[in-house]
Formats: sequence, structure tokens, C-alpha cells
Amino acid sequence: MSSTVIEQAVEREEPAAPKKNYLNADHTIKSWLLTGDHKRIAVLYLISVTFFFFLGGLAAAFIRAELTSPMGTLLNSETYNKMFSAHGIIMIFFFLVAAIPAVLGNFLIPLMIGARDLAFPRLNLASWYVFMLGGLLFIIALIMGGVDAGWTFYTPLSSLYSQTQITLALVGLFLAGFSSIMTGVNFIATIHKMRAPGMTWFRLPLYVWSHYATSIIVILGTPVVAITLLLVALERGLRIGIFSPELGGDPVLFQHMFWFYSHPAVYIMLLPGMGIISEIMACFSRRPVFGYKFVAFSSMAIAGLGFLVWGHHMYVSSQSVYQGIIFSLISFLVAVPSAIKVFNWSLTMWKGSVIFSTPMIYALGFLGLFTIGGLTGLYLSAIGTDIHLTGTYFIVAHFHYVMVGGTVMAFLGGLHFWWPKMFGRMYSEFWGRVSAIVVFVGFNFTFFPQFILGYLGMPRRYHYYYIAPEWQIYNVLSTAGSTVLGIGFLMPVFYLLKSLKSGPIAGPNPWGATGLEWEAASSPPITLNFEGMPKVVGPVYNYDAIEDSESYRREMKEKVTK
Amino acid sequence: MPEVYPQFEDIDQQQETYIVGMWAFLVNEVMFFGPLFFIYGLYAWKHNAVFYVTSHHLDYKIGALNTTILLISSWMVAMAVHYHQKNQLKKVCNMLWGAAVCGTLFLAIKLIFEWAPKFSHGLFPNPGFQSRYLAYYGADTNVDVARLFFSMYFAITGLHALHVLIGVLIFVWLIRLIKKRPDVITDYVPTEMVGLYWHFVDLVWIFLFPLFYLMPK
Repeated sequence: MSSTVIEQAVEREEPAAPKKNYLNADHTIKSWLLTGDHKRIAVLYLISVTFFFFLGGLAAAFIRAELTSPMGTLLNSETYNKMFSAHGIIMIFFFLVAAIPAVLGNFLIPLMIGARDLAFPRLNLASWYVFMLGGLLFIIALIMGGVDAGWTFYTPLSSLYSQTQITLALVGLFLAGFSSIMTGVNFIATIHKMRAPGMTWFRLPLYVWSHYATSIIVILGTPVVAITLLLVALERGLRIGIFSPELGGDPVLFQHMFWFYSHPAVYIMLLPGMGIISEIMACFSRRPVFGYKFVAFSSMAIAGLGFLVWGHHMYVSSQSVYQGIIFSLISFLVAVPSAIKVFNWSLTMWKGSVIFSTPMIYALGFLGLFTIGGLTGLYLSAIGTDIHLTGTYFIVAHFHYVMVGGTVMAFLGGLHFWWPKMFGRMYSEFWGRVSAIVVFVGFNFTFFPQFILGYLGMPRRYHYYYIAPEWQIYNVLSTAGSTVLGIGFLMPVFYLLKSLKSGPIAGPNPWGATGLEWEAASSPPITLNFEGMPKVVGPVYNYDAIEDSESYRREMKEKVTK
Repeated sequence: MPEVYPQFEDIDQQQETYIVGMWAFLVNEVMFFGPLFFIYGLYAWKHNAVFYVTSHHLDYKIGALNTTILLISSWMVAMAVHYHQKNQLKKVCNMLWGAAVCGTLFLAIKLIFEWAPKFSHGLFPNPGFQSRYLAYYGADTNVDVARLFFSMYFAITGLHALHVLIGVLIFVWLIRLIKKRPDVITDYVPTEMVGLYWHFVDLVWIFLFPLFYLMPK
């Protein structure tokens, strides 16, 4: 047990939800919309990002349907451009960047470090409103005709030539960026100053470390892309001419500025997911995470090195070969801390007492898919292979393996892991496992064929491929897989919502996990999180595989078969 | 008694957290202005000769005056923090008023003597820029690049002026709080935070001024 002076939380036997918790403390709409409680804001964010996820998924469904035939099936070229732009923008700026930090991070960081709330609750609420305002502006832009410049907004297409609603969309993204900066500032202040007595830096759960690294990237990177996108909007509106060659500017400069944020943004999306995996792996292997300090510092290393590799997006954009070589070398280096994490998670399971619960299946899925995503990244950081693969479906497959196979799998795993903590109820373990497996199978089915397509040379962002009809079989496979994947993503909506009403009461610590959020707080937690001030006296991840294995297995078996 | 919000243990933790949050915000601000300076530096290096000629269309005397005004305001804010640590609230308010007046003066000079003439001459990024530039200064340099210079000039000084405006509003708001709500302002930390922000705004100008007005050949 890692930690605590609060007795009632340590006992697992009495699964009774506390009478007053953050969910039923107050019932008015106002008490939700004007709340300062990090847990309620997390729930608001959960609803919002789920909405954006399915909106982006809808756009993906149109893309996949269109690609089943070499001549296209239902969209014309302009609508197709708008469709993939909408998919990319929504998924990246309104789902992936916000999903884990703003939902699970918001909910768990104060609970994990033993604080009553984040440092700045009103700023936290403001971040949600700014996020929603940004989302609203983007949706208005979609309704008014959409955006066709892709999520990368390369100039001069985006600044001079495109006739679509780019200005509105850029303002929306600018606001979404500010929302994530607010969250980042909040997390940094909270993690620095609000840890409970005894919660030293090296007793922090790795989840908190990964959010700390993420927040650093957010405050260093996001303002750069914010000002860059603002300049593009100004260029459209006032024709100030910084990035468009027609006005005396340099379009490649835009790419540099854009990727300076947007490559680290990959780690903004990924690092929190890695934190989740550390927690799940330790809990369901009943072992401490192998090499705690290596995993913690590898997060920081990824944050640091992530800022030095943006040039690998631009090997064919007129940068010099020497520049390319240096970016290539550093890109290879980023693989090292990522690999440290993967090996350490694998070693965590070794000689552990592994239980294949729903979160663990998601986490194992993450491990496999992220490894493929990461290793194919090496093909792209090598200049020679990248020149062949630039702008093909190989890239698309690679970043979906990292973003969906990594971040979304981790998000779902984390959501299943902490769902009992968030809402105090257990979901159907059977359907949970089914959904995890369906997502894993559907995902591979969707994106593995795209590696082959990319290798064969199919360019991304094209919707006609009648020059090479032999690609159709892979596209049809991919579309079929995406249907399975879509079903996998929809399933949790049903059984998780059902669990809210009729799921068994979870009790404070249904998984027998360590950590303040499990051992010192009830499920759902009370508004001020803890009854008293928690004190931390032992190391983090105080699991014992041998001691736990028999009793724990029996208990889990009962839970699962119920 | 100082007001401690429920998420904090005591007033010390609360104030320390505020300061950490403020520094994190300032890091973010540095990265917000950073790209603009970077872009400017890059173009100034690439089109050195043109930027040199064009920069002479700005009046360095007005720039120097504004620099002085901002430096004085920064000194006043520093004194405000100093007096607040000694709990001499009257002097704190005087110093903050002084800083607010300096900030307003800065904006007024900027607007009346720099931006307004440029706008009335059409020397801002707009489709008619080329002909207006030629009409005023003749073909003294590459007009397209001159346009780039003025684009950067308005982008950076505009963003900076927005920060000055926000700073002035915060000064007024802080003075009001100090006078009306002693339960909120219990010690010098709020003033110090406002001060940190203002020093940052000042610092941006300290870099802006030589970059735009005192360009070496």
C-alpha cells in the first residue's frame, strides 16, 4: 500500500458509494456550468471530446466510403478535400490534444498527488469554455462550407488561394490552443506546489510525470503555432505577406513554424497515453513499474528531443541535405526513450501476475500498435526511405498507428480503468473485453493495408486512383476494417452509459490498485477529494505479485463472472 | 485574515503556486512573441539592405521617448512591489497609477505619432501599398520587401500594444481591488504578479526598439 492514513479507503470489502460525492453534491445545470471542481470539468470535457470524436469519425467514414472505388463513390473532389480536412482538424485539435489531459488528467492529477483541486479552478473552467468556443467556431466554419487546406494549412494555399472558411477555422484553432495552454499552466503549477506531504517527485505516479512533460511541451510549443496560425489569418484578411511568396514572404518558413509545434504536438497527444499505460501495466501485472526513473526521465527526454526533430517533415521541402541529416539523426534519437518505455512495460509484466481485464487488453493493444507505429516512424526518419514514402499512405498508416493505436487505445484503456473511480459503478467486463478486442482487430484491419498502399505509392489526400486499380483491394480491406473499428468505438458508449444506471457499485478500489486516488478517495470522490489531508509514507507502485496473486485472482474472477 | 482558497493548505502555498503559475504563463508569452522576433530576424538578415533603408522611415526619437516612458513605468511597478512589501498601500496605489499613466501615454504616442500617419499615408499592408510607398518615399528601395518590413512592424508592435493595453487595464483593476477589497489583496503577491507581467511587456519593447528603429547597416 503506497500511502495513506485514511482507513476506510483501504478496506475493499465495503463497496458503498458515499452519500455525498462530486456528482450529486448539487444538481442544477448552473452548478455544472459554473463549477470549479476539476472532476466536474473533466466530465464536461469528456462529453465534449466524445462529441468531437464521433464528429471526426463521421468524416472518416465518408473518406473510407469514397475510397472503395478507384473512381470515387459519392463525393466530388472539393467535398473530399473538405472531408479529410475536417477529419484531421477535429481529431487532432479537438480530440487528441485535449482528450487525455483535459479529461483524465484533469480528473486524476489532483487525486493522484493528494490535492483538493487544481491550482486554478476558474482558469480550468475558462479553458473548457474557450475550448467549446473554438469548437463552435470550427463547426460554424464547417456549416458555412468547410475548410479545404488540410489540417496542416500550408501556405500559400491557405493564405491566398483557398476560398473556404479558413479564417474562421484558424480563429477556432487559436482558441483551442489557448485552452490547452491554460490547462498546461494549471498542471505545472499544481504538480510543482500542491503535492501532499510525503509525495516527493520520485513518488509521483508515472502518469503525473508524463503530464508534467506534456505541459512543458504545451507551454513551449502551442503559443508558436497559435501566433503562426494568427499570422496566416492576418495574411488572409489584411494581406500582410509573411508566408506568401506573392507578397514577399516565404512559404517554407510557415512549414518550419508549423512543425515546430506540430511535431512536439505528437508527444502532447502521446505522452499522457504512455502515463496511462504505466498505471495499467503496474496494476494488472501486480508489480511496480520496471525502472521507474528511466520511465519518468524518458518522458522528459521525449519532451526535450521532440522539439529538435520537426525538420523530418520537410525532407522534400527545400531544406538542405545537411539540415536533413541532422534532423534525421535526432529523429532516430527520439526512438530511444520511446523504446525504453516499451521495454520497461514489457519487463513490468515479466514474472508478474498478469490479469487480462479490459484496461489491460487495451494497454496490451497499445503496446503492440505503438511499437509498430514507432518502428515505422524510423523508416520515415531515414532520409532515403522517406523520400519514397513522403506524402503516401505509408505516412497515414504510420501516424494512425501512433495516434489511434497509441493515444486512442490508451484513452479508452484509461477510461475503463478509472471509470469506476469517476462514476462509482462497474461496467460489463465481458463487453469491455469484447470491445477492446474488436477495436484492436478492426484497427489493424483498417490501417495495415495502408502501409502496403503507401509502399506501392498511393498518395494521401487523393480520392481517385484509376491509374492503379490494383490498389482497390487494399482500400476495400481498409474500409471493411474501419467499419469493424467504428463498431468497436461505439460499443463502449452503450455499456458505459448502461453502467451509470445499473452497474454494480464499484467501491473505492475495485482493482486493488495502489495510489492515492484509489486508496485515499472514495468512488466517486467527494467534492474536496479526500476526507482529510492524505500523507504519503511509502514508495509508489507498492504491488507484490506473489502476495497478491492468489487472493487477487480469486477476487477478480468473482468480479468478472458476475 | 488572508483568504485561502479551499484547494490550498495555507496562504504560503497559495502564493507560491500563483508565482509558479505566473512564470509558466510568462514562458508561454516568450514563446508567443518568439516566433515573431524569429521571423523578423530572418527577414532582416535576408533583406538587410532594404530593411535598413525602410527602417529609417520610422522615427527613432519617438521610439526612444516611448522606451524612456516604459522604463519609468517599469521602475514605478518595481517600487509598487517594494512599497507593498512594506505595506504602504497609499504609495503602492500612487506608483500603480503612475505606471498606468505611462502605459496610456505610450499607447497615445504610438497611436497619434506613429500609426496614424502611417495609416493616413497608406503605409500599412494593403493592396495599394506599393503606389503609396512610391508616392511618399520614391523608389529608394525594393517596395515589396519594404511592405514585408511594415507587415512585421504592425504585427509585432500591434501585439505588443495589445499587451500594454491589457497591462493598463490590469493596473486600474488592481488599484480598485487594493482600495475596495482588502480581503482579496492581503499581501504583495498580486502586485508582484502584475509587476512580472509588466516587466515582460517592457522587456519585449526593449528588444523591439533597437530591432526596428536602430538597425545597423
